[in-house]
Amino acid sequence: MLRRLGLRVVALGYLLVILLAPLAVIFYRTFEHGLEPVWAALSDPLTIHAFEVTLIATAIAVPLNTVFGVLCALAIVRRRFRGKGLLNAFIDLPLALSPVVVGLALYLLYDRTGWFGGWFTEHGIQVLFALPAIVLATIFVSVPFVAREVIPTLRELGNEQEQAAATLGATRWQRFWRITLPSIRWAVIYGVVLTTARCLGEYGAVAVVSGRVQGKTETATLRVEDYVVNFQTSGAYAIAVVLAAIAVVVLVLMTLIKPQEETA
Amino acid sequence: MSIEICNVSKRFGTFTALDDVSLEIPEGSLTAVLGPSGSGKSTLLRIVAGLERPDSGEVLLSGKDATGVAPQRRDVGFVFQHYAAFKHMTVRDNVAFALTIRKRPKQEIRERVDELLELVQLQGFADRYPSRLSGGQRQRMALARALAAKPRVLLLDEPFGALDARVRAELRDWLRRLHEEVRVTTVFVTHDQEEAMEVADRVAVLDHGHLEQVGAPADLYDAPASEFVLRFVGDAVRLGSRLVRPQEITLRRWPDDGAVEVEIERIAVLGADARVDLADGNGVRLTARLRRDELEDLDLGRGEIVWASAEPLRGLAADTSAGDAEAGQALG
Repeated sequence: MLRRLGLRVVALGYLLVILLAPLAVIFYRTFEHGLEPVWAALSDPLTIHAFEVTLIATAIAVPLNTVFGVLCALAIVRRRFRGKGLLNAFIDLPLALSPVVVGLALYLLYDRTGWFGGWFTEHGIQVLFALPAIVLATIFVSVPFVAREVIPTLRELGNEQEQAAATLGATRWQRFWRITLPSIRWAVIYGVVLTTARCLGEYGAVAVVSGRVQGKTETATLRVEDYVVNFQTSGAYAIAVVLAAIAVVVLVLMTLIKPQEETA
Repeated sequence: MSIEICNVSKRFGTFTALDDVSLEIPEGSLTAVLGPSGSGKSTLLRIVAGLERPDSGEVLLSGKDATGVAPQRRDVGFVFQHYAAFKHMTVRDNVAFALTIRKRPKQEIRERVDELLELVQLQGFADRYPSRLSGGQRQRMALARALAAKPRVLLLDEPFGALDARVRAELRDWLRRLHEEVRVTTVFVTHDQEEAMEVADRVAVLDHGHLEQVGAPADLYDAPASEFVLRFVGDAVRLGSRLVRPQEITLRRWPDDGAVEVEIERIAVLGADARVDLADGNGVRLTARLRRDELEDLDLGRGEIVWASAEPLRGLAADTSAGDAEAGQALG
């Protein structure tokens, strides 16, 4: 009894100090002087634009990485092919690489003298220090999450249900939409949530390739730093709170919906 | 629909699942494919369904080559050992699946599903999820689902294997009656010889990817084509150089031509029958099954010496090495 209690205290205490304390202090400092400065910071056109840039990058990266993640998971679990182990390892690359390295790699690739950069420059498309680079960096860092969530679920699912559907007359496409996808939907949703969170929070890679021009290529996280550097802490807190609030709301929603389904 | 399996072979890596198997299954029959685990029986069924492709050989459905046809075009119903229930759908949606994807009118689907649920005695369970059904109920649901689109062949892969003995016996009876009612060509795979003999009108025995024998249950028992069949279908004991059924053994108090001298080790009375444990001069143990009145006429006791013989017609010569597929093949 005492040992179980001890374990609980340690686990909770750890989470409290490491996770909750910083979150609490952000909320506290943000609303310390009331809502006025928060509102001022959030309604600043530059802040609104920064959120827009972040949302655009997220809105492109999440659907792409969801489709890619599900396809990758299907290939890795269901198919046999050469280089499968390599694919499986490569998916995790963005988790292993520091985002700054990712940013640098993209920089080298899309720079005027880079492998891809030359072609884009010839065709008059600005990639670096513009929205395309922000989107690319966001996609890169958020690749693994959907696949990582879906792969174990697919393994556990097996393929008997799909075979049963096949004998019942379902085409490959019908099997995917009616059997596979509904069976892995919670893993996909969880993956999407994690991907979204990663996209919204991306800082390092975007910092390198965006050029961080206020009102043009500045994302929400870059805007936070901007405020901090300029000693406008209330602005930084306000944006940080919005980002944190989104994360908290999403997590709470997840835990509220998920268990009911599991027991059904 | 008749099924013809012609010279089908299938390997998985270095393992030979099926080796040149040919089998004809007539229209409307109820056939059991019987064999121990690893004999290739499930693989054979999955090849008929199109879930596996043979390395060589052909599968003909209604006389037409179906070897390369995708499972969804074969018009077969398949029932899996572990039910393969669609967990995210209610019982009604599970059973309706084949009709829903064929875009049949809602009213028609509803009526057909109700009819099927009644057939499998799951009327009250339409709105439940499979996780809230027992094993037997799930398997009945799977059967209803497989029958929904009126397949021309029903294939069942160890359908009762995961169920407890009582439910299994119930479902066997029920499958037998269902077949009499629906008359669809049915093939089921089992490792349980009693189940095969009880339910099927024809039994095909497989061992190590070889087809050992096909015939009516009584034929397999009375005239096994190989030592494997003899051993696998019913009990078998070694008497001298032959394998015989325990109930074929006759005991006498005097020597006889070809009779083997044995000592009685134990007598156990089991209702109308009695089991007599014997040991021959070399210490080889065997069992005889006698009727109680036979036993009483002989007035036998423990430790006595008697002579055991068996009708030479039925038993197979057992001079090849003990109980393996080679012996079966040579004789089959």
